[in-house]
Amino acid sequence: MFGFGILSGLLVLPLAGAAFVLLQKDDEAGRRNMRWGAFWTTIVTFLLSLVALSRFDAAKAGFQLVERKAWLGTEITYQLGVDGIAMPFVILTTFLMPFCIAASFNAISKRQKEYYALFLLLETLMIGVFVALDLVLFYAFFEAGLIPMFLIIGIWGGARRIYASFKFFLYTLLGSVLMLLAIMAMYWTAGTADIVKLLAFKFPSGMQYWLWLAFFASFAVKMPMWPVHTWLPDAHVEAPTAGSVILAGILLKMGGYGFLRFSIPMFPEASLYFANFVFALSVIAIIYTSLVAMMQEDIKKLIAYSSVAHMGFVTMGLFTLNAQGVQGAVFQMVSHGLVSGALFLCVGVVYDRMHTREIAAYGGLVNKMPLYAMVFLLFTMANVGLPGTSGFVGEFLTLLASFKANTWVAFFATTGVILSAAYALWLFARVVYGKVEKHALETIPDLSLREIAILAPLAVLVIYYGVQPNAILSMSQASVDALIAGLQSGLPAKAAALVK
Amino acid sequence: MNVPVSPVPAFGPALPEILLAVTALALVLIGAFRGDGSKKIIDAIAIGALLVAGFLLLDQSPGRVSTFNDAFVVDSFARVMKILTIIGAISAIVMSTRFLREAKIARFEYTILILLSTIGMMMMCSANELISLYLGVELQSLALYVIATMNRDDEKSAEAGLKYFVLGALSSGMLLYGMSLVYGFTGSVTFPAIAKAVSAPGGAGVVFGLVFIIAGLAFKMSVVPFHMWTPDVYEGAPTPVASFVATAPKMAAVAMTVRILIDGFLPVLKDWQPIIVFVAIASMALGAFAGIGQRNIKRLMAYSSIGNMGYALVGLAAGSIAGVEGIVIFMGVYLAMTIGVFAVILAMQTGGRRVEQIGDLAGAARTNPGLAFAMAALLFSLIGIPPLAGFFAKFYVFAAAIEAKLFVLAVIGIVSSVVSAFYYLRIIKVMYFDEPAPAFQPMAIELKTMMWLSAGFVLLFAIVAGPLKNVAQLAAKSLF
Repeated sequence: MFGFGILSGLLVLPLAGAAFVLLQKDDEAGRRNMRWGAFWTTIVTFLLSLVALSRFDAAKAGFQLVERKAWLGTEITYQLGVDGIAMPFVILTTFLMPFCIAASFNAISKRQKEYYALFLLLETLMIGVFVALDLVLFYAFFEAGLIPMFLIIGIWGGARRIYASFKFFLYTLLGSVLMLLAIMAMYWTAGTADIVKLLAFKFPSGMQYWLWLAFFASFAVKMPMWPVHTWLPDAHVEAPTAGSVILAGILLKMGGYGFLRFSIPMFPEASLYFANFVFALSVIAIIYTSLVAMMQEDIKKLIAYSSVAHMGFVTMGLFTLNAQGVQGAVFQMVSHGLVSGALFLCVGVVYDRMHTREIAAYGGLVNKMPLYAMVFLLFTMANVGLPGTSGFVGEFLTLLASFKANTWVAFFATTGVILSAAYALWLFARVVYGKVEKHALETIPDLSLREIAILAPLAVLVIYYGVQPNAILSMSQASVDALIAGLQSGLPAKAAALVK
Repeated sequence: MNVPVSPVPAFGPALPEILLAVTALALVLIGAFRGDGSKKIIDAIAIGALLVAGFLLLDQSPGRVSTFNDAFVVDSFARVMKILTIIGAISAIVMSTRFLREAKIARFEYTILILLSTIGMMMMCSANELISLYLGVELQSLALYVIATMNRDDEKSAEAGLKYFVLGALSSGMLLYGMSLVYGFTGSVTFPAIAKAVSAPGGAGVVFGLVFIIAGLAFKMSVVPFHMWTPDVYEGAPTPVASFVATAPKMAAVAMTVRILIDGFLPVLKDWQPIIVFVAIASMALGAFAGIGQRNIKRLMAYSSIGNMGYALVGLAAGSIAGVEGIVIFMGVYLAMTIGVFAVILAMQTGGRRVEQIGDLAGAARTNPGLAFAMAALLFSLIGIPPLAGFFAKFYVFAAAIEAKLFVLAVIGIVSSVVSAFYYLRIIKVMYFDEPAPAFQPMAIELKTMMWLSAGFVLLFAIVAGPLKNVAQLAAKSLF
């Protein structure tokens, strides 16, 4: 229609849903329409993304489903497309959204119109980040996501929501404006903002370092990497359940995606130069935040810190600059999107019943909620990286790759795996095992049908990807190989030998 | 010098100004004979005249024409800036009627003074030499001093007007002093001749004069270190007057600064660039940090405008086509955002009383959802979040700075835009996160129209950005 393709459809659909939600009257029937309208919008968007997937040829490395329109002159255009790196994230986004909406049905009771409209707007912006093939367009989607997220945390969050929303907004804004300056510098140097052309463009090596640092400022905050991760626990704790799922599941992946799409292929020399720096930060993140996670008394905060640790594996894998590490990082990101999303949903289940996230307020849930205990155990194990779950594959691949790149990095990172088992299992033990000692827990009901319907698909996928990792790996294989090949041709011969 | 002096200059290029001048004089007569009761008719005629002037500008042939011995030039840049000025003037008249009536200061002179001031501003946009420039500046300022004190029984308004007048007179003096120095050292008052003279080496005296001229211009644009009058005038003057001071005069002041520096002094770019860089950095930083402590929304907007003028100067510091293009886009967007925010401020009225504290907006998202939504869009745009208009405005000026390799300026500027995000966000927080304060009275239709026009512009800018960018580019190229 009008020369727009399927990817534009993915961007427009949630917006149309948001418009539908905004047009509803604010009475009981209207609110019902809002909820289900939002839900079905996300379902249809997901189906459409599956259509996009079916038209996507994983064997090809280049961008597909490309569409292009004039926008700001001839150099800055409205250009969309996906490759094997972007596709998993698009699917992940559209897949997680229906769960977020469904999980909000009971949890959100005030100002529902704004809530569902903002979530749908957020979906458009997140998909946009992954499909934009123009730097300025990418930046627009990347940054615009701050608006709905700021409002979601600030309006529907917990007690310290205002502090958390400001911190989230200002932290990420500061990171991304520096990237904006780098984008302008790239625009003037290469004469275009077209990502496809920029991927083929060789930036002068002196300039690469500065550009890399500016992009790093943005993606490191978004990721988040130690030491700029402090906004994440606050934002997670105060956000409503669905907001946490989106934050952990998708927004954090934008940082990793950014490294993969821009930093590594466009500034190969700088990436190699700064690789050890990133390793150091990653290892610190893995060990330090795991230790911090152990000491948390709030369930959500614990999972937030564990997210930072898991993102440490991602950055470590990415900057090994070999195919295994990059593949592992992509897999780890998708897997973490599912697992951490599911964990936050699990927390939401008990929070909706007890209205507290204090670990100490729980205990012995297995006696009252056997089903819940089982599901929670599965996701905890996936979070630890138990073989057979999706969490294992990503961690294993990134560790394997970093062993090749730098044995010490792999050594220290592996201790992080042990620590993650410690905090995750201890959390599980404190919440689920033991006797029911708290009076309030006596009557707590087990999972409802709606909750089962939300958690079951996630559980199935976590196991499926654990035993069939190829389902994701084959999608990104060709693109990652091309990326590594391009990386090696972009480096001086001597340096290229280092990443072999 | 044998410049051919034609006995009757061509009036065509100045037709819009002449039309407005004649209208203003006629309106004085109507007002004098029929008294304040005729304000409605006068408003209508003034708006009509401004609209006609706007259409005349659109209708002019696109090239560069000059008249009055090259003292008055009309090119794409002048046309665009004049249209922006006219938009500011129209909105100031439209948004004022109800306010002035309720404050019992609905004098017919208000509209006429706005008209006269607008003529002065249009002169400033078109001036091609120092004398006509000064005439424009004075016409503009004198009319503004009077309307700032419109509410003469109010101490704050009188104070605002007096401060504005004393400091404005001082700045005019500086401007004049600088002009005389420049004339003395270059032997000419027209910009092209000045440009020719300064391109010869060894003109320290000219630079000395230039510093004074820039100081005078800085007063008119209200940038650091000549910004002190701004918050007091914004707070003290009647709100519609503040909205006028915040919009139209800034268009003209920036336009004349750009023309004088680009047309007259481009050969000595390296001499004035550091000054502009300093002024821009200081303004952006002050606008960002001093705004944090403000509780009065009009004062806050004053600091916001100081910061925004700093961003505009970032484009000027680049001294390139891209820079001027950025300025044109920036000023257009700034105009729209400011009009929208002032429409909201004018609508802040509970129980027949006007309020102007930020806290009065509390919970507006629930009591006045439309107003809160429009205001939030305008504020996010002021922060510079894409895809709102403010993002593109900042994008183009900073892109120009990067092209000119002014990295320090760009980094400091963009960091101060993050700092200023804090106080814009606080207003959004008050509107969306806080418990509701008493609801505002229903919004007057003309305010609603202005608010939604500017909010719509801000929201949909990304779609029309391409064509608007071409217009700005055309305007910028006409200066080089």
